[in-house]
Order: sequence, then structure tokens, then C-alpha cells
Amino acid sequence: MSHEDILNPKVMPEEPEKATLEGKNKFLGFWFFLGGETVLFASLFGTYLALKNSNNGGPTSEELFGLELVFIMTMLLLTSSLTSVYAMYHMKNNEFKKMQIWLGITVLLGLTFLGLEIYEFYEYIVHDGFTFRSSAFGSAFYTLVGFHGGHVLFGLLWIITLMARNAKRGLNLYNAPKFYIASLYWHFIDVVWVFIFTVVYLMGVI
Amino acid sequence: MSTTIAQNKGFGATLWDYLTTVDHKKIAILYLIGGGFFFLLGGLEAMAIRIQLIKPENDFVSAGFYNELLTMHGTTMIFLAAMPLIFALLNAVVPLQIGARDVAFPFLNSLGFWLFLFGGILLNCSWFLGGAPDAGWTAYAPLSTTQPGHGVDFYVLGLQISGAGTLMGGINFLVTIVNMRAPGMTYMRMPLFTWTAFVTSALILFAFPALTVGLFLMMFDRLFGSGFFDANMGGNSVIWEHLFWIFGHPEVYILILPAFGVFSDVFSTFSKKRLFGYTAMVFATVLIGFLGFMVWAHHMFTVGLGPAANSIFAVATMAIAVPTGIKIFNWLFTLWGGNIKINSAMLWSLAFIPSFTIGGMTGVMLAAAAADYQFHDTYFVVAHFHYVIVGGVVFGIFAGLHYWWPKMFGKILDETLGKITFWTFFIGFHLTFFIQHFLGLMGMPRRYWVYLTDQGLNTGNLISTIGAFFMAIGAIVFLYNVIITSIKGEKVGGDPWDGRTLEWSIPSPPPHYNFKQLPLVRGLDPLWIEKTEGRKGMTPAEPVGDIHMPNPTILPFVMSFGLFIAGFGFIYQVDDASWLSAVFIGMGICLGAMFVRSVKDDHGHHIHKEDLDKGDGL
Amino acid sequence: MAENTNSINTELDYHKKKKKEEMKQQVITFALMIAFTIIAFTMVVSGLDKLFIIPILLVLAIVQVIFQLYYFMHMSHKGHELPAVMMYGGFAVAFLTVLTLLVLVWW
Repeated sequence: MSHEDILNPKVMPEEPEKATLEGKNKFLGFWFFLGGETVLFASLFGTYLALKNSNNGGPTSEELFGLELVFIMTMLLLTSSLTSVYAMYHMKNNEFKKMQIWLGITVLLGLTFLGLEIYEFYEYIVHDGFTFRSSAFGSAFYTLVGFHGGHVLFGLLWIITLMARNAKRGLNLYNAPKFYIASLYWHFIDVVWVFIFTVVYLMGVI
Repeated sequence: MSTTIAQNKGFGATLWDYLTTVDHKKIAILYLIGGGFFFLLGGLEAMAIRIQLIKPENDFVSAGFYNELLTMHGTTMIFLAAMPLIFALLNAVVPLQIGARDVAFPFLNSLGFWLFLFGGILLNCSWFLGGAPDAGWTAYAPLSTTQPGHGVDFYVLGLQISGAGTLMGGINFLVTIVNMRAPGMTYMRMPLFTWTAFVTSALILFAFPALTVGLFLMMFDRLFGSGFFDANMGGNSVIWEHLFWIFGHPEVYILILPAFGVFSDVFSTFSKKRLFGYTAMVFATVLIGFLGFMVWAHHMFTVGLGPAANSIFAVATMAIAVPTGIKIFNWLFTLWGGNIKINSAMLWSLAFIPSFTIGGMTGVMLAAAAADYQFHDTYFVVAHFHYVIVGGVVFGIFAGLHYWWPKMFGKILDETLGKITFWTFFIGFHLTFFIQHFLGLMGMPRRYWVYLTDQGLNTGNLISTIGAFFMAIGAIVFLYNVIITSIKGEKVGGDPWDGRTLEWSIPSPPPHYNFKQLPLVRGLDPLWIEKTEGRKGMTPAEPVGDIHMPNPTILPFVMSFGLFIAGFGFIYQVDDASWLSAVFIGMGICLGAMFVRSVKDDHGHHIHKEDLDKGDGL
Repeated sequence: MAENTNSINTELDYHKKKKKEEMKQQVITFALMIAFTIIAFTMVVSGLDKLFIIPILLVLAIVQVIFQLYYFMHMSHKGHELPAVMMYGGFAVAFLTVLTLLVLVWW
């Protein structure tokens, strides 16, 4: 059996993302990477918490943050998490078209989220004069939330690349692990956001 | 075998072969060359430091240059010499010890190496571009954030790039050890070197992200006007110290654990005995890794964290002496009653025990927070960490190189030269650093450019410098040994030491697929088990078949080179905004290579079973 | 051969059904997550006492994260033992890091 045949079986196995050794390696390696990312974001959260009252005479978190936008952003990202679960559900059922559709919705939700975040930053900078350089609080806020935003951007580029690359040839055992770990990444982005909206925004206004 | 093929090719082809290789054995050689080069560079810096301190009020180097030397000596030795040399051993040995044909992520493995190399080159470019970093290897803020010039910027960007490579290496070895073990190789049958590689990789995974963030914050402060560590903007420099040591303390265990693994394998091989207390050794390794994350603030006792915090971290630090003690005794019991053969690898290992124990003992002294107020920032600390890092890590690397050199290159390093290296280096090491304990207790502060003549420090410093010259001679003899062995050394078979573990069951150097048939592992020291039952080699676990191997690729080199360019852009955009174009070009190259990697399918290739027998040296 | 495909088909049907049930669970999980988020936001808007809200907010966040990890990211499935070890390792270091930066930076 040639390599091509192995990667394109007649019947998709139960867990296509872990059917090959490469897939197993990717799966495990990516989870381990997420373990490391946890520490990365913890360091950023810790820095933010240490500096959140260091507003240097500028606006405080109570004065700055409004909850309406954050609520909408949270809903968008949460929903995108569910849509990527749907995508993986269809991947396991070997329904490539449906998977692409759900991934497409995920991307749209993620893009809207990113747009709103950029709008939010723009408002702070232009209307409140609150920038990366105005205080240690500003530096810490933009770094933490910006790192998360950077992850969203990277995740979007990743998923779009995967969708475009595989649009014509459909699902096989070579790309199934790639789709799967991209969805894991997307969920992890949501995990981080749960803490951001809780610790930064909600706890920032009370 | 792969090297003989390489020798028949032209220089250009060989170079291309190494630039594009994803073979863990060749990457090990690359790490060895890269790490060895930086080790010599760091050694040169150390010699300049010691010559400056040979007599009171010396003016061999200027004060500013002295600061650059001591900063670069520490940074180079930790990040660019010790880490890659450890990775050289991991790459050369771990896949062979677990019976794997390659690592889990050959591409990432190669990317990790090139990131390290380009990060190291970027950092060392600072020498020629207005001065090297000069804020100490710990780069404490606000000194580092307010230091003029670009030195510290090179530190930040260089370490950021090479640190990313290390993180990839860590994940790679974790997955390799979990997923790629040969049939029958359970966790509790893995050689101790593999176990230490596993724990070290886990430590890398959890420790390096803290450094990544710390370096980002420092980069933002220095290059983009943020205020994390700037008290004027409400920042706090203690954050840097925490982030640095949350990484920095596990880092020393990242370095020492693989050395422990080397000694365990060497002791058991050359005592012809199973490692004493294998289970306890594994347990102690895991425990050291675990405790390693709870002790970082012992570097910060004098910062003023308060008595409660200091006490907690003092007790946690002292607790590490327990698993380490378990190890020391297990090594001694492995030797006890063994059929001991003393050669260079064994000499380094035997010398390690007393040397490292002295370092461990001063470690417990330093862990006593109240006493640390006296020791802090004196030569006592310098003596302590050189005893654990040279007496532990460097001895371990030398032992490992002597032990595995035949596996890596098919030739045994010359024994006479090896013994000369050992004795000069060993005597030089104790001469250099033992006296520094007392210099420290007499109050000589570390990192000072000069000392005065009437303070009783003259003789001690003179002795220390003489010792440093001995160490330098030892290192040069080792280099000579490497060259002479590669020219004149005789070829040896696959198992020159009468070894116990899987790497000795295949030819030296191994074919690029390592194992023609994956071996069936039936216990700890699998090769030894087969030998005691009268078999020559391992029982195969599979019939001879086609072997799937990854394809070579230039992309890791390109990605790292892109980040290298972007690094210069980040550093110089503060002077001139047009340097931002270098950032975009560099990042564009890197992301473009990532994109190519992503869209271009790479299925690897098959070696057909008919071709396997050719040149099989067994 | 025919029997073989038949048994594969029944097996596939079985798995399909199982996945469908799991998908239902995921939707319920999602509904709960939305509910938690709404509770968290309303509590903050309602202006209750700080000492009362903060612990509840943190608990809600942690439960949401557990949902994400165990249901959306399938950590409850078999074969996730090592990912779980590494995630908990990460959380332990993360906890120490955040705690330290909270209490051992200013004094």
C-alpha cells in the first residue's frame, strides 16, 4: 500500500486526527504546547494584576472599561468555540463540506471579535488618551489583551490557510490532525478570553 | 555510515546536507559544533575576566568592557554553550535509547537548532556594533532598561530567538519519548538519561514561557516606550526579577538533570552493574523537577520579600537536597562491588560526585535566608554556582562526550589525551573556584572590575587565575583530541564499552534510519538482558520492511534567518524608523516560510527494504 | 466482504449515534457557559459587594474553563492522560506565578 492510499482510506477511522503516528505526535505535542502557553499567559496576567493600579494619574480601569462591548465580544468568541466544535463533529463524520461551513462561521465570528477589539483600542487611544505608553497600567493592559488578540489573528490566519489549502481535495488522514489542532488552539484562545473578561474587565469595573 | 557518504561528497553538497538536515544525529553534530564554539567564546571571556583580576587595580580591560565581558560570559555559557551541548547529547542519544528511528518532529528539531544558532549570532553581533550587553546575565531592571546603547537590546532579541528554539526542542523530546518508544520499552524500562531528558523537557516547557514574557516586557520597555519596570510610570522592576527567576531557577535543573542522566548511564556501564535504586532515581528526578519550580525566590532573599516569603522559599530550597542526596548515594551504591573500569568518561563521573556535593552543600548554606544576607553578591555565590554548573553540567557534558563519542562518530577519543584533559581541567577547576568561597566570605563582591591591594584578596585571586589557565589548557587539549581522533582515530564497532542500553545494539555511527528492525525490549538495560542470555543483539519486534523517513528541508534555516533580520530591525528602529522595513522583511521571510511549510505537503520518503542491507555495518 | 462492510457500517452507525449524543451534550455545555457569562456580567452591573462578587466571578470562570477543556477540547475522552498532566502542570506553575506577582511585588 502506498503512502497516498494509507492517507486516503475508504472508510475514515473513528478518530482521524490520531490515526497516523504523525497525527498522534501533533496531537500530543500541541497539547503540551498549550501547557506552556498557560504559563505564558499566567505571566502576562500576573504582570497585569501587579500593575493594574499603576495608572500614573491617567484613567483608571473603572473609568475606562464599558461592559457592553466586552459582553458582545465574549458572546462572539464563545459562539465561535461552539461552531468549531461543530466543525470537528463533522470532521469525525467525514462530512468535509459541512466542516468547512462551520469553520467559515468560526472565522467570521473571530474576525468580528478582532474588529471590535481594534475598535475598542481605537476608542481608548483617541478618546481617552489611554495608550501603551501612558502608564504601567496601560502597558500591561495592551500587552495582555494584545497578546490574546495576536493569538486570535494567528488562529484566523491558520484556519483560513487550512481551509483554502484543502478546499479542493477534502479530508484525509494527513490534514485531519491539522484541522484538529487548529480547533484546539481556537478553544484555548477562548479559555484565555474567559479569564480576560473576568479578571481584566469585570473585576476592573467593580 | 552517513558521515562516510558525506565525506565522499563535495564541500558544497555536505554543507547543503547539513543546512537542510532533519536527521537527529546530524542535528546533534550541529548542536555540538555550535555549542562548542560558544563554549570556547565564553571561555575566552572568562579568561579575560580572570586576567583582569590577577592583581589588584589591574587595567587589562576597561571597566565598561569588563561589564560586557562578565555579562556575555554568563549569558553565553548558560544559553549558548551549556543548553546546546545538552541538546547535542539529547539528540544524539535519546532516540537511540528508546529504539526510535527519528524524533517526533524532525522539522521542529531542525528549526530549534537554527533558532538557537541565529539567536546566538545576533547576540554576539553586539560586540561589533557598539558594545555587548553589560547589565549582567540576569539583566535586572532598571539597570538594564536604562542602559544606554544597544547592548541590552541584543541580549533581549538574541535570547528571545534562541529561547523559542529551546522551547521547540523541549516539546519535541517530550513527544518523542512518549510516542516513539520501541515495543516493550515501558516508562520504567527507559535508561535514566532518557528519563532525565523527559523531565528536563517538561521543565523547559513550563519555564521558558516566563522568560519569553519577561523578555517581551523588557523589549517593550526599551524599544517601544512602555513602563513595566519604570517606576516613573508606575512600573515595578521586581516583576522582572520574578519572571527571570521563575524561568532561571528551573533552568539550572534543566541543565543539571541530563548531566545526572549521563552519570547514571556511565556508572552503570563501567561498573557492569544495573543502576542501583533505579526506581528511586526516577522518583528523585521527577521530584527535583517538581521542587525546582518552588524555589526561585531564593535568588531574591535580599530584595525584601519579607520573612514569611523568605522562610517558605528557604525551606523549599533545602528540601531539594533530599532527592539530590538520594541520587548521590545511589551512584555510590552502583559503584559498590562493581567491576569498575576507569577511563575518561568514568573519571569525569567520579570527579563529579565530590565536586557537585561541595556545590550542593554551599547551596544549602545559601538557602538559609538569614545567612544569605551575608553571602549575597559575593564571590561565595560565584564559587557556589560554578561548583554546580562546572562541577555538574560541564563534567557531565565531558563524560557524555567521551562515552557517546564512538556512537556519534564511530571513533573513541584518545584516552591519554582525555586523561590529560581531565586532570588539568579538574585541578584547574578546584584551584579556580575553591578559593573563591573564601574570597567571598572575606567580602569580595562579585562583578567588580578591580579590588584594592591591602584587603587580603591578592593571593586568592592570583591562585584563582592560575587555576583558570589550567582549565583553558584542559579545554585546548580536548579540542586537540577531537581533531586528532577524527584524523587518526581507529574505527570501532557498535558496542565498544560492552554497553547495556539500546544505542549500543546498532552500528557506530548508526545508519540514518537507526534501526533496521525495531527492537523488542524485555526489561531495563535491554541489550544487557540479551547478552546475559547469550544473544549477540536485540531480538527484532518486526519483520524487515520499508522504512518511512522525513524529507530534508531548508525552511527551518530560512525561518530563523528571517527572525535574525527582524531582530536587527527591532533593535535599530528606535534610531531610525526606516529600520522598520527590516522588521517587515524579516517577519515576512519567516511567515512566508511558515506558509510554504503549511501549504506544501511533506509526506517524507520510504527506504525500500531491498536497499536496507547496503552498507549495513553490523 | 459484504458481511465485513456490513459490520463496519453498523459500527459506523453506532459511532455516529454516539457522536450525535455527545454533540447534544456540547450544546448544553454551551448554553451553560452562556448562562454563566450572563450571570457574571449581571452580577457586576448590579453593583453587589466586591468581596461577594469576586470569588463567584472566579469560580464561574474556572467552571467555564473546565467545560472548555473537558467537553469542547475532549479532555474527558480516553487518551488525554498526558495532555491532562501537562495542562495541570501548566496550571500549577501558572497559579504560583500569578500568586507571586499579586502578593510579592509591592510591599
